[in-house]
Amino acid sequence: MVWFDACAVEDLQPNSGVCVLVQGQQVALFYMPATGSVYAVQNFDPFGQANVLSRGLIGDIGGQAMVASPLYKQHFNLETGVCLEDGTVQIRVYPVRIDNHRVYVGITGQAS
Amino acid sequence: MKQTLVVIGNGMVGQNFLAGLVAAANGQYNIVTFCEEPRPAYDRVHLSEFFSGKTAEDLSLVEDGFFANHGITIHLGDRAVTIDREAKTVTSAKGVAVQYDKLVLATGSYPFVPPVPGHERKNCLVYRTIEDLEAMTAAAKTGKIGTVVGGGLLGLEAAKALKDLGLETHVVEFAPRLMAVQIDEAGGAVLRRKIEALGVTVHTNKNTSQIVDGDTCVNKMCFADGEELETDVVLFSAGIRPRDDIARSCGLEIGQRGGIVINNQCQTSDPDIYAIGECALWNGMIFGLVAPGYAMARTVIAGLTGGEASFTGADMSTKLKLMGVDVASIGDAHARTQGAMVFTYQNGASEVYKRLVVSEDNKRLLGAVLVGDANEYGTLLQYCQNGIELPENPDSLILPRLSGEPAGLGPDALPATAQICSCYEVSKGAICSAIEAGCTTVNALKAETKAGTGCGGCVPLLKSVLNCELAKHGYEVNTDLCEHFAYTRQDLYNLVRIGEIRTFDELLAKHGKGHGCEICKPAVGSILASHWNDYILKQEHLGLQDTNDTFLANMQKDGTYSVVPRIPGGEISPDMLIAMGQVGKKYHLYTKITGGQRIDLFGARLEQLPAIWKELIAAGFETGHAYGKSLRTVKSCVGSTWCRYGVDDSVGLAIELENRYKGLRSPHKIKFAVSGCTRECAEAQGKDVGVIATENGWSLYVCGNGGMKPRHADLFATGLDKETLIKYIDRFLIFYVRTADRLQRTSVWMENMEGGLDYLKSVVIADKLGLCDELEQQMARVVDTYQCEWKTTIENEDKLKRFRHFINSDQADDNVVFVEERGQIRPANADERKHFKLVEVA
Ligand SMILES: Cc1cc2nc3c(=O)[nH]c(=O)nc-3n(C[C@H](O)[C@H](O)[C@H](O)COP(=O)(O)OP(=O)(O)OC[C@H]3O[C@@H](n4cnc5c(N)ncnc54)[C@H](O)[C@@H]3O)c2cc1C
Ligand code: FES
Repeated sequence: MVWFDACAVEDLQPNSGVCVLVQGQQVALFYMPATGSVYAVQNFDPFGQANVLSRGLIGDIGGQAMVASPLYKQHFNLETGVCLEDGTVQIRVYPVRIDNHRVYVGITGQAS
Repeated sequence: MKQTLVVIGNGMVGQNFLAGLVAAANGQYNIVTFCEEPRPAYDRVHLSEFFSGKTAEDLSLVEDGFFANHGITIHLGDRAVTIDREAKTVTSAKGVAVQYDKLVLATGSYPFVPPVPGHERKNCLVYRTIEDLEAMTAAAKTGKIGTVVGGGLLGLEAAKALKDLGLETHVVEFAPRLMAVQIDEAGGAVLRRKIEALGVTVHTNKNTSQIVDGDTCVNKMCFADGEELETDVVLFSAGIRPRDDIARSCGLEIGQRGGIVINNQCQTSDPDIYAIGECALWNGMIFGLVAPGYAMARTVIAGLTGGEASFTGADMSTKLKLMGVDVASIGDAHARTQGAMVFTYQNGASEVYKRLVVSEDNKRLLGAVLVGDANEYGTLLQYCQNGIELPENPDSLILPRLSGEPAGLGPDALPATAQICSCYEVSKGAICSAIEAGCTTVNALKAETKAGTGCGGCVPLLKSVLNCELAKHGYEVNTDLCEHFAYTRQDLYNLVRIGEIRTFDELLAKHGKGHGCEICKPAVGSILASHWNDYILKQEHLGLQDTNDTFLANMQKDGTYSVVPRIPGGEISPDMLIAMGQVGKKYHLYTKITGGQRIDLFGARLEQLPAIWKELIAAGFETGHAYGKSLRTVKSCVGSTWCRYGVDDSVGLAIELENRYKGLRSPHKIKFAVSGCTRECAEAQGKDVGVIATENGWSLYVCGNGGMKPRHADLFATGLDKETLIKYIDRFLIFYVRTADRLQRTSVWMENMEGGLDYLKSVVIADKLGLCDELEQQMARVVDTYQCEWKTTIENEDKLKRFRHFINSDQADDNVVFVEERGQIRPANADERKHFKLVEVA
């Protein structure tokens, strides 16, 4: 796995999402100040077939951190990527690291 | 061999008979029916709703394919003219002859037109069929004044129709009071005052002697006392007469004053011929209501299918809303029973009149009259019909209850045999079994038992039986907003208001748990915005907004946005139109006119939104809030400024209203319309708030809806000047904002409101809750703190940072691909997209 510099910490939106382009992949980054967590998942919505997940609302359902698709409102677990309405659908999740005020996204199977 | 059954007349009772028979008879009869009207049976009881937008189809009582599915032959638009009882044949006007074994006459009645000279003049009409209503509408188009002859139940309903058609309306009654048949003198006087207060002129003790050419109107009515009345339309509603001509000419026994004589089995003097409905005379009585007709139909069905039943008279109790005034009459309203005692309650101030007729021993209710407030109708009817023993002081049943306790008899006090719905003879027991079997809503009960689907008068009682039973079964309806807040939206609103809470985090810390979700966040965001009216993209509110609100635009299926600038009232200058066109052209946007009289620009990428808005704002546009749960548009017709028929300046008012309420955040979107006359070109009666100009001022309609579940708006107030109109709308909107559920449109809010329209009026007009000042002040704050969210946003560099597809790159989303169609862009479909991707990569 290789870490890629995605953006500055200030670029994140508290309680909301932004999208970064990392190695040609669209990655949605969410920041939940209440728990101090930053999550990274694919930006592509598998139901709506559009790059929009970074614009979804976040929160928790039954204790799982989630993002709700802005198109058709399915929920995805931000830690596992599994869709809460349909367990057979899973979106890609990425590891995140904060270092020196920069946000890094880890991508596997990719040479730097 | 199958017997042939012929039914003459496919009206309300004829159709009810057919539907009941096919359900019971199992194909035992070969059925033929003659229907004189051009369409099969429709709901005459709700005929007046034709004027409030219902179509003939909406009113139909016949399910699709009914006749075909049950092998019934219907001769539509064909009148049966002779019955040959020897040969047992019926012959029709078109020459169809059918042999019958059994014959049912369901020919109904016709409106009686007094034979005064001139009664056949132009615009002299009656009120019974859809064609009659069409003739009225046509006559009203060119007339200004309308007069109803007859101040009975139907006459007053017809008067309302004339009023709604925009005519100055008069009612001329021969008797000294209105509704002489149903209510007593004092009740009639209260009714008269109330109806006159609504702008209808009532003339009692008036005997029309002739109708002649008018001087200023089409007609002039001359009365026996020498007075005259100019009127364009004359509507006769002077009672009904049974249609017994065909029975008469074949020698069946006819009553002295008309009506086909029937026995308890509803047989005429020829045992193979039955008569049911308004054409039938039982025990010297004609029943001019549907419920007794349906009871006769059931009796005949039983007789024809080997059962036993008899018709033994029917209750003529009625409850109506006449021009917004509740009127009810139960049983022996005139206290004609030997030894009957009378209690009356009259409240001059609020114009309520109630009268109880009680048996000599003070134990049984014999009858009642209610005018102005008929809330006790259901309870009193139960006392009367089921012979329930009265409380010690019967007058307590009609005295105002200061404590606000619900009226005397709870549904629990009713025996299982109590009849709840008299149209379909449904008992409380039957309703309880249906509830046991899983019906947990009024609609489910209606579908299962048919209760409430006739005249509808029993629906409130039905609902209270349902609620009471559900409570007994321990059903608890969970009204929590979501797992984060164990409160309803209304509770949360009050917590925010009373606790002066200004952020989601504070509300969550004080009253909720967890981190929130896409249900509670936007709901609370909306509450905070309604109450405090902060800029919605302030840092602490940003994460609460739905996607559309966060980017102040409407996300489309491919992730691009549409942009909708406000065009108040739909009025736009050529220059503004050109400016908008230039923006559309420059950014290559798909352009479409919306249903709300504005223009939608589609296909804007997230990163283009600020630039587009900079140009729009420079050209003088403001945000249209098409993305928000807030006021959308105030649609208008062109109004008196240009229109030949316009009564007032609808465009001017629409612009003023739109500018006043723009920006108000609410539980769901809100749509308005203003029409300049009763032709209603702006379709105001399908909007949350609709305003229609009349000669007497503005009429206000509320809680209408188009869309998936259309609802006709309720008439809320009439004859308003602009100031009062705006005051009512202010109060109405804030009351809605405070009390509705999340994503509840005003139409559903109204349907779920305890007390319905009357309650809403009592809050908004009569200030029953003492809230009006506060509601107006809150609206004033919202109006004062309005800002164009796009203007604020483009002036704020920091906020603009988010309007990029990638926070770390200027590239565009390569998944957004357009193709051209009819000279404009549209999103590429999956196939086209594959192709384009390839091209792009190469
Ligand atoms: C405006 C209005 C409001 C009303 N409101 C109420 C209310 O609130 N509550 C209530 O209980 N009742 C109300 N009524 C009365 C109710 O509509 C009647 O009681 C009911 O329609 C009677 O049904 P029916 O089948 O006997 O007659 P109809 O519905 O009149 O049907 C008779 C049908 O037979 C047809 N016909 C007659 N002769 C022939 C022939 N020879 N061949 C073929 N066809 C023939 C007629 O054209 C007609 O279509 C209202 C009526 C009106 C007009
Ligand atoms: S009483 Fe008429 S619908 Fe029930």
